[in-house]
Amino acid sequence: MADQKPVGIVLVSHSAAVASSVAELARGLAGAGTDVPVAPAGGTADGGLGTSAELIAAAAAAVDRGAGVAVLTDLGSAVLTVKALLAEGDELPEDTRLVDAPFVEGAVAAVVTASTGADLAAVAAAASEAYTYRKA
Amino acid sequence: MLDADFFRRWMTATAASVEREAERLTALDSPIGDADHGSNLHRGFAAVRSVLEKEAPDTPGAVLVLAGRQLISTVGGASGPLYGTLLRRTGKALGDAAEVSDADLAAALRAGVDAVMTLGGAAPGDKTMIDALVPAVDALGRSFAAARTAAEEGALATTPLQARKGRASYLGERSIGHQDPGATSAALLVAALADTAEGSRG
Repeated sequence: MADQKPVGIVLVSHSAAVASSVAELARGLAGAGTDVPVAPAGGTADGGLGTSAELIAAAAAAVDRGAGVAVLTDLGSAVLTVKALLAEGDELPEDTRLVDAPFVEGAVAAVVTASTGADLAAVAAAASEAYTYRKA
Repeated sequence: MLDADFFRRWMTATAASVEREAERLTALDSPIGDADHGSNLHRGFAAVRSVLEKEAPDTPGAVLVLAGRQLISTVGGASGPLYGTLLRRTGKALGDAAEVSDADLAAALRAGVDAVMTLGGAAPGDKTMIDALVPAVDALGRSFAAARTAAEEGALATTPLQARKGRASYLGERSIGHQDPGATSAALLVAALADTAEGSRG
């Protein structure tokens, strides 16, 4: 398991600050020394609020180690842009999956699970399962 | 028959129309959206116009696929992947024929609208671009002019609806009484198609 290639995680938010902060949070909670590649893709290419297909494609390429890429998004155009890119078929690494998960909790679950050497299906399942945790 | 140049002129006419109406689209997007629809689409279709000039795709399908891809890359809001998917799927449905008939276009556009409904999950009556596109595609079998009228009526008919998709849906009943910006821009796209067809035949 130890030398298995890790699943890459891409975090897509309308805000660059949100994407990079959630990436930092997830890495931090996964513990020191985690080698899971995590890349934020936040905001538009010119620094505004929105979604950039280029930033998403670049982030996915940057975290792809050959074990698949799990993409988590916040809402609206972030979801639709990733879906449209996946439908296109050639802008994202082959084994890229949009994960149906809450953004913050799902990102933490995905990074922690990926750090155990889990495969893409297990990482996606762990992130989705974060929906089931009730807070009140 | 409709050739690649017809589709390029349709996209150019849409770019001009969106540029002309950008402020109105953004104004419609202010009470129920995030006030960026006009500027986002303006940026997107301006990029479409320049990439079509630069790459000069030589089939109707290739024009729309390239235009759709460009919208997904440059718009930055939900209208990018939605319009991008509309044009790209329509283009793919047209295949690699050098010329297509009006009926081919009507069938392909229906496939494109279906793909938008799948992507965004919206149905007619949800106060979205679908409310202009579905009646337009239904009417396109009759004539381009009928499609234009149907799209414009569909856009106007979104005013009393309550939004059920996207950011506007968070407003609940407060979304009632505002014309949907996405349906309005969809009507511009269909009107540009009708203008282009009239220009070719008139």
